[in-house]
Amino acid sequence: MTDLNTLTIAAARDALRKGDTTAVELTEACLSAIDAAGALNAFVHHTPDMARDMAQAADARIKAGNAAALTGIPLGIKDVFCVKGVPSQAASRILEGFRPEYESTVTQNLWNAGAVMLGKLNQDEFAMGSANESSCYGPAVNPWKVDDRQLTPGGSSGGSAAAVAADLCLAATGTDTGGSIRQPAAFTGIVGLKPTYGRVSRWGVIAYASSLDQAGPMTKTVRDAAIMLGAMASVDPQDSTSADHPVPDYESLLTGDIRGKRIGIPREYRLDGMPAEIDALWHKGAEMLRDAGAEIVDISLPHTKYALPAYYVIAPAEASSNLARYDGVRYGHRAKLGQGDGITEMYEKTRAEGFGPEVQRRVMIGTYVLSAGFYDAYYNRARKVRALIKRDFDNVFAEGIDAILAPTTPTAAFGIGAMDSSDPVQMYLNDVFTVTLNLVGLPGIAVPVGLDKKGLPLGLQMFGKPFQEDELLNHALVLERAAGFVAKPERWW
Amino acid sequence: MSITEDQARKVAHLARIAVDDAALPALARELNGILHFMEQLNEVDVTGVEPMTGVTPMRLKRREDVVTTGDMADRILSNAPDAREGFFAVPKVVE
Repeated sequence: MTDLNTLTIAAARDALRKGDTTAVELTEACLSAIDAAGALNAFVHHTPDMARDMAQAADARIKAGNAAALTGIPLGIKDVFCVKGVPSQAASRILEGFRPEYESTVTQNLWNAGAVMLGKLNQDEFAMGSANESSCYGPAVNPWKVDDRQLTPGGSSGGSAAAVAADLCLAATGTDTGGSIRQPAAFTGIVGLKPTYGRVSRWGVIAYASSLDQAGPMTKTVRDAAIMLGAMASVDPQDSTSADHPVPDYESLLTGDIRGKRIGIPREYRLDGMPAEIDALWHKGAEMLRDAGAEIVDISLPHTKYALPAYYVIAPAEASSNLARYDGVRYGHRAKLGQGDGITEMYEKTRAEGFGPEVQRRVMIGTYVLSAGFYDAYYNRARKVRALIKRDFDNVFAEGIDAILAPTTPTAAFGIGAMDSSDPVQMYLNDVFTVTLNLVGLPGIAVPVGLDKKGLPLGLQMFGKPFQEDELLNHALVLERAAGFVAKPERWW
Repeated sequence: MSITEDQARKVAHLARIAVDDAALPALARELNGILHFMEQLNEVDVTGVEPMTGVTPMRLKRREDVVTTGDMADRILSNAPDAREGFFAVPKVVE
């Protein structure tokens, strides 16, 4: 048998049920792969004892004949998810030593489905970033590499992407506030799905921007994304924005039949100076869908250009409010105080020491745009523009469009440290194709489609209608089959 | 609009983040860069548009206003940097 850690969820599940392998063997294969991959800095908290206990329980469950969707499947969990008793600090120093007393709904759903917890994965601090460089654990490293430079796996779910691409786990959880599942998936040649806002519970997921945050699966295949989404999603009374839609069996709805579907190609996504390779890939993707019987339609989403500035008002505003809870009182880090320091000094010193530069920047921008005198000029204006962006999508769907095809990122993975941190706006431009979807709450999926001329993965993304992840996954399956992307990073770590 | 060093100091204080005076010019420059980027939003005609709060057309769920959980002070205090006698402890607030 091939190395067990390289299996997909679907293949591992079938092998487990046939008795060809055990959850314990699968888990040991992943734990060894993790031990050998320190150079990737993907796993930042290791839970091997927990993994072995859960694997044994999974084997007993399989033997008893009542295996669930993910029984015995070893997963990595992004640090942003609270896992009871396991360090969960969203890659921030301010949550150093924090061990949640409760479990996030997503991870509880995964454990109920029989999944095995391998450990916590690296990310950008509080999920703010596109290169996994603003992490208290240091940057995660992309397993893909074409010269002696180390490349970023993207962010914020960079550890999740690196771990799945390097076969350290069968799949991983991610969260996507402005592209944090889809961009790293594209940079590492894996599949990343951001569900519709409200599809997956946010309970126990350390908040960045509550009206945009959504958790989703990062997997090796589209089928695996369908399986894992089915296990992650639920209707949750603990999350007031959790949607009251029953969770379908996404895998059984995968048909690969998209005949007669109308796919929109938004002309505003064709940027000046976009690399020819990305443009060519986009054309190729459209042809693949056409060959499968879909109709390709040029569409317009006129407010696209304003998504990025609107996002960088709304997300920091919500972050400044959400992150007010880190005050050195209830959990995590508290600064050492000097003689005569009062409570204000305690707050200010704690937050200056505990938050990294990008988080400080976003909290301050958020504070500014919400402050008296600027609220209307920035925050309310951004929320009005958001309504117009939403209207663009409502219009194209009303005209009969079923899904939208776009590039995921403007470039392939770049070098660690290549983004000039003194110009945050330059960094924000990485998110140009991804943030729109979060503003409008729609589901989106990144699928690896090819390699650039240097040999780095490139992906395309598809957007779907609200709560129609089944349809979206079907489109993605067609793209995946037609592209036949099988490349793996050559092991150097 | 542009942010002066004084305004940067004020924002940092509102956000309860200590910033050295020496770091204020760079902070003001950075914040100005970001705000300048946001000013593109002024090109959009938003007359008559309601600001959007949530993306899903749904009414927030309601439930009976009753106590559903509690009696876990120990668990709630277990992560506190300083907890004493069932309370969170902080530096003196009132002189």
